[in-house]
Amino acid sequence: MIVADRKPLEEILEMVKGCNKVLVLGCKGCVTVCNVGGAKEVGVLASILKIARKKEGRPLQVDEKSIERQCDPEYIEQVKDIVDQYDAVISMACGVGPQFLSEAYPKQRFFPAVNTTFFGGATQHGVWVERCAGCGSCVIHYFDGMCPIARCSKSLLHGPCGGSANGKCEISKEVDCIWDKIVRKKMEEGRLDDLMQPKPAKDWRSARDGGPRKSVREELVQ
Amino acid sequence: MNDDLKSGSNLEKVLKAGHFAFTGECGPPKGANVEHLKEKVAHLKGMVDAVNITDNQTAVVRMSSWAACTILLQEQVEPNFQMVCRDRNRLAIQSDILGVYAMGVRNMLCLSGDHQSFGNHPQAKNVYDIDSMQLIALVKKMRDEGKFMNDEDIDVSPKLFIGAASNPFAEPFDFRVHRLAMKIVAGADFIQTQCIYNMDRFREFMKKAVDVGLHEKCYILAGVTPMKSVGMAQYMAKSVPGMDVPDSLIKRLREAGKGKVAEEGIKFAVEQIEEFKQMEGVAGVHLMAIEWEHRVPEIAERAGVLPRPKV
Repeated sequence: MIVADRKPLEEILEMVKGCNKVLVLGCKGCVTVCNVGGAKEVGVLASILKIARKKEGRPLQVDEKSIERQCDPEYIEQVKDIVDQYDAVISMACGVGPQFLSEAYPKQRFFPAVNTTFFGGATQHGVWVERCAGCGSCVIHYFDGMCPIARCSKSLLHGPCGGSANGKCEISKEVDCIWDKIVRKKMEEGRLDDLMQPKPAKDWRSARDGGPRKSVREELVQ
Repeated sequence: MNDDLKSGSNLEKVLKAGHFAFTGECGPPKGANVEHLKEKVAHLKGMVDAVNITDNQTAVVRMSSWAACTILLQEQVEPNFQMVCRDRNRLAIQSDILGVYAMGVRNMLCLSGDHQSFGNHPQAKNVYDIDSMQLIALVKKMRDEGKFMNDEDIDVSPKLFIGAASNPFAEPFDFRVHRLAMKIVAGADFIQTQCIYNMDRFREFMKKAVDVGLHEKCYILAGVTPMKSVGMAQYMAKSVPGMDVPDSLIKRLREAGKGKVAEEGIKFAVEQIEEFKQMEGVAGVHLMAIEWEHRVPEIAERAGVLPRPKV
C-alpha cells in the first residue's frame, strides 16, 4: 500500500491561515490502513485544528467527511454538492487525492495534510517499511523476493557494497543491508551462482525517470 | 582583475564596455578526437568573444564539456562552460564548478538539459537534483558568498560570469518574461536565448522584457542558428521542442531553389543580426552554427561584427 505520515500541525495551520471554514476529507484506502488519513484521523485533525485556531482567537469551522477513495472519480463525485461550501478542503489522502480533487473541482483549493512516503507494509503494529520503489520493471525474482532497488540505499544490482557491516547499511545501524540478506540466503540455499552473472544496467525508462507514467488497459477502456 | 568585474572574462569585459557581444558555440566530439575539436574551434578563433561548449547536448554522450573547455583554453579561445542538471547531483555540480574554475574557465551557462529520452541513452536514470534556476543561484552563492550550497566555506571561490538560457517561444508565452526575470533574480549575469526564427514574437518578447527593465539588469544575447537546408527547417519546426519556425521562413528557404538554400539561410541570419544590433535591450548575438563552424567567419563578416573588440 501507499504509506504516508501526517504533516506537522504548524504546516497545516499555515495552509489554512486565511480560511474560516474548511472541510477535512479522509480516504478509506491506503491511508486508513496505515492509520494516517481515515475517518478516525480526520476527527483528530479536525479537533486539533479547531483548538489551535480557538487559541489564536480566530475560530475555524471544520467539517469532517471521508470517502471510499480519493483516487477514483466515481467517489470524488460524492463531494460535489458540498465542496464549494468551504474556503478550502484539506485532503488526508496520499498525494493523488488533492490532485484528483483539484482536477474535478478546479475552483476549490485542496491542501495536503499528509506527506506521502513510500510503497510498503506494516512489519508490526505501528511500524511501516518500504518494500517497493515502483520502478516499473520488477527484478525481485532474481533476488529471492527482496528488492535491492527499493531497499539498498544505492539501489545496487551487484551488492553488497564495501560499506556493509554486520548486516547493516553504511548509512545507519538502523537500516538493514538488503544485500547482506540476499547473499546469505543464496549461500544457504546453495544458489550463489545466481549472483555470479553480471546484470546489465537497468532500463529506467519504466521508472519515474522516463517521465510521468500512465497505464492503459485497452480491454477496459470504453 | 578589475574589482568591478565579477569574473574578468573576456565576454564580461566586452559586454561591460558596451560592445555588441558575439558568441559562438561548439559541440565536443563523440569521442576523444581532440584534433577534430581543435579544427572546429580554429574557425571560431578571433571571430567571437567566447565559445559555448555544450554539455551532452540533446542527451547524446560526448566528450565532457569541462574537458573540452580546457582544450579551448589551450587554444587560447575563451570557453563558455555549459552545464546541465540532468547528469549530476549537487555534489558533482559543485565539484565540477570548482574544477572548471581551477582550470581557467570564467563563463558558465546554467541549463536544465534536454530529457534523456531525446538522446542515445534513453534508459538512463535522470538526476535533476536541482534545476537550472537553483543552479544559477548556486553558482552565484559560490561566487559572491564563497559558500557551498550547505553554507560551508569554500577555500578560493569560483569567480564565474553566470549565464542562463531563455526560450521566448515556449508556452505559456506570457509567462516567459517572468521566468526570465526569475533567472535574473537568481543571479544570471547574461542570457542566451533559444534560436530565434519567429522575429515578430521575439520583438514582442523583448518589448515586454524592456518594459520591465530586464535588459538593464542582465545582458540579453539573441540566439541565431542559420538554417542549412529546408529539411533542417522542417525538422526544427516539427521535432525540436520549444522551437518556433514560421511557415514563411520555410517557404522562403524552399523558394531559394536548389543549391541556394544554405545561402538563403545565412542571408536570413545576417538580416536577423543586423536587426538585433538595433533592437532595444539586445546586448549581443549568440550564434549557434551547428556543425557549421567553418561558416562562422563569413557570417560574422557579413553581419558586420568584425573585428571583435579587444578589451
